[in-house]
Amino acid sequence: MTAAALDTQPLNAGLLGDDERRHRLAMFGLSVPAMLLVALVLLVPFSWLAWLSLFDASGALSAENYARLLRPAYVNSFVSTLEVAALVTGVCILLGYPVAYLLSQLPKRAAQILLVFVILPFWTSVLVRTYAWLVLLQREGIINTWLKQLGLISESLPLVNNLTGTVIGMVHVMLPFLILPLYASMRAIDPVYLRAAANCGASPAQAFRQVFLPLSAPGLGAGAALTFVLCLGFYLTPALLGGGRVAMWSTQIADAVAKFANWGAASALSVALLVVTGLILWLMKWGVRRLGTSLGER
Amino acid sequence: MTSGAVSIRNVSKAFGTFTALDNVSLDIEPGEFLTLLGPSGSGKTTLLNVIAGFERPDSGSLLVDGVEFITKPPHKRDLGMVFQNYALFPHMDVFNNVAYPLKLRGLAAAETRERVRQALETVQMAHLSGRRITELSGGQKQRVALARAIVFEPKLLLMDEPLSALDKNLREHMQIELKRLHDRLGMTTIYVTHDQQEALTMSNRIAVLRNGGIVQLDTPKHIYDRPNCRFVASFMGETRMLPVGRSGDGYEFAGRRLKLAQPPSAADAQWLVVRPERLGWHGDEARDNRIDGLVVDVVYRGDSHSISLKLPGDHEISIRRAPTEDKPLPEPGQTLTLWLKPEASVLVEEAP
Amino acid sequence: MLSRAASSTQITHGQRLWLYGLVALVMAFLVIPCLIIIPLSFSDSQYLEFPPRGWSLRWYEAFFTSHEWLRSAVVSLKVACSTTILATVLGTLASYGLHKRAGNLDPIVRGALMLPMMVPLIFVAIGAFFVYSRLDLNNTLTGLVLAHTTLAIPFVIIAVSNGLASFDANQERAARSLGASPLRAFLTVTLPQIRISVISGMLFAFVTSFDEVVVSLFISSGATSTLTKRMFANIRDQVDPTVAAISSMLVVLSIVVLIAAQFVRRDGVKATDNR
Repeated sequence: MTAAALDTQPLNAGLLGDDERRHRLAMFGLSVPAMLLVALVLLVPFSWLAWLSLFDASGALSAENYARLLRPAYVNSFVSTLEVAALVTGVCILLGYPVAYLLSQLPKRAAQILLVFVILPFWTSVLVRTYAWLVLLQREGIINTWLKQLGLISESLPLVNNLTGTVIGMVHVMLPFLILPLYASMRAIDPVYLRAAANCGASPAQAFRQVFLPLSAPGLGAGAALTFVLCLGFYLTPALLGGGRVAMWSTQIADAVAKFANWGAASALSVALLVVTGLILWLMKWGVRRLGTSLGER
Repeated sequence: MTSGAVSIRNVSKAFGTFTALDNVSLDIEPGEFLTLLGPSGSGKTTLLNVIAGFERPDSGSLLVDGVEFITKPPHKRDLGMVFQNYALFPHMDVFNNVAYPLKLRGLAAAETRERVRQALETVQMAHLSGRRITELSGGQKQRVALARAIVFEPKLLLMDEPLSALDKNLREHMQIELKRLHDRLGMTTIYVTHDQQEALTMSNRIAVLRNGGIVQLDTPKHIYDRPNCRFVASFMGETRMLPVGRSGDGYEFAGRRLKLAQPPSAADAQWLVVRPERLGWHGDEARDNRIDGLVVDVVYRGDSHSISLKLPGDHEISIRRAPTEDKPLPEPGQTLTLWLKPEASVLVEEAP
Repeated sequence: MLSRAASSTQITHGQRLWLYGLVALVMAFLVIPCLIIIPLSFSDSQYLEFPPRGWSLRWYEAFFTSHEWLRSAVVSLKVACSTTILATVLGTLASYGLHKRAGNLDPIVRGALMLPMMVPLIFVAIGAFFVYSRLDLNNTLTGLVLAHTTLAIPFVIIAVSNGLASFDANQERAARSLGASPLRAFLTVTLPQIRISVISGMLFAFVTSFDEVVVSLFISSGATSTLTKRMFANIRDQVDPTVAAISSMLVVLSIVVLIAAQFVRRDGVKATDNR
């Protein structure tokens, strides 16, 4: 650089620029170890598998793995995954909304104590809870025994190793995921709005329907979307409580790898699941916003 | 040994499209108490952070006693800083807060104890050395923060609106105390505030900032009495700006030629600076400038009467009438004649 | 009491009895399966009945005298402890770097680091299995620790980022101005003040690893089987009430962790209240 060029440069600009870049690099460097780990365990294998899904058994580029997804067995598992996810989400909303609502209306201390009932299952291992349900629901299990002793049924009800058991177990796992964010969003609704509605002459039911419900819709939508998406990829409970009769997406992926060592099929299934999950999340985000505004306008 | 001379050269800093500092240059004498005064967004805190090393400017130079500081990390600059919220460490007691910089410098335990004691005595806090930070009042926190900033005898003491969290009485008391402390220690002090009263009380010199640049740099008396532009004039005290016109080689206001003690600093001065306390009830038509106002209302205030006047050009101003004033109390609707001495008649331009 | 107003809309407690009933039922639904396993585990019979006909400690004995069960419990503990340390260190470093805003890539980095929490576990399971088979990491403790750390990092980052967000940036500046190097300032001023968040991150990391099943199913077996993997296999293949005893201990462990978390939080609240 010539002396003339130096003169036109702002004082120390080069030095300060280097210093700033060094600082940024150092701060970026702090997340590198964590990034490397995520790359090793998640990003690299997944990209690798996605790449492999584009080739057939002989190593030629083909859509064979994706064409396979159209076979009835896989199509049925997609459909039943969506059905189970929708059913579980629906039941969670029906059970979770009243709980979150009541907790949000209680004094904070009381609500915090009652929240333990939601948080305890949240902290308890999913495996333990699923096992407990197995014990409760099986043919000679506690619920069937009691119902028989009470004379309500004469034959054991098939509560497990089928859709019923799977849905009960999944609802139990997912309910806290719906209640906790919903409760937080309902707490944030200022009770002054409800008082204002009452002041304007709304009955409690009207105030709830016309003011509280629309205001809680975004929180409900977010909680429901989270629940639905978690259901789509859920493995443990369907595997144990479904007894092999509820073919979910995730159990298909596991079977493809563990039973058939068919990496091509497993990869194609995974890619499809990821795409569908992303799509649903995006749609719901869009829909929740619409829902929030349209409920408010009514 | 000269110590604590600061020379800021062409410092610029932008945050995205916002220019926080625009080619600022400033020299600070050793031992000086210099205040950076300005409204929020004027760049005063950014400039202080550049000096402390918390903010990296885009360009410029910062010399402290002739040594380039601009890329020096903050912990190697050896300067004490008092923060707006004090930033005392809540997990340490008073003693350990003040001892922290000494421990970092590897001082022996006995010497650390002695110097902490001295620093706490300087701020009259020695009796609370074992207290937890959470048990201190605002004024006490302020003193501990000060002790922590001076205990390692830094060349420079930086203060970022240190009194803004205190209530009014305590704030005025601390202003005097800080000024005495500065006189005693003789440390170069750079003080940031948006409170003009604070700046006037404490400083050797004041730098008034606006939009990332220094508008006027001068002694408190000159800043107040001889502002160099409308912005500085209206920032200091309760000020009304009355528009003036040219008349031949001089200036006129409301049809009367203005008598000035010295010519305006700028060629195209447009405003007459009027401060209520400079308006006199008695004057001499031949010597002083006359200003007529219409009395809008008169309010009894106990120690005085407050009179609202409408001045020519629709400007309203409130003046005090002391009980010792012999002129009769005017009534609303009357015209009141007030006088401005030539020495107090200052003309300023719109912008420097 | 029943006629008193229950909320801002002036609805009375009496009018809301149905809501209280429904919520009580849901709460029971949530909690009973977690707790019922405890009395069942003290049953003396092969069949789990409630209430049990006879009481005994035989299933606890079965666990504590089984070489296989104990071995997998030790594997789980080792893996969970290593994961806790590794995930806390890596997650805290990353949170700090992201908090300091390195640049435009920050949202992408943060998003990538959150991925392990968002994608279905089965992905992580087959992905790790796939890549480990090429690195000879399947059925090793190292492999388990790396996979579990990946899963735990998002929880640590969320907890520590929360702590940093409410941490006064002037605290660190003050330390720097007083002569502390960046590392010294972090260790003596920042870390002591965000410790509550770091500890809750650690608890999350421990639980994430200790309770993890799906990934362990694929990447561990034999001598490296985790406790949960062995339990899974046991539940699926036979009805062995030993699992009830282990489950009870796990439930008690979660209650202990939950209480610990509450205590840590309350301590933190006290510290901030006084500030």
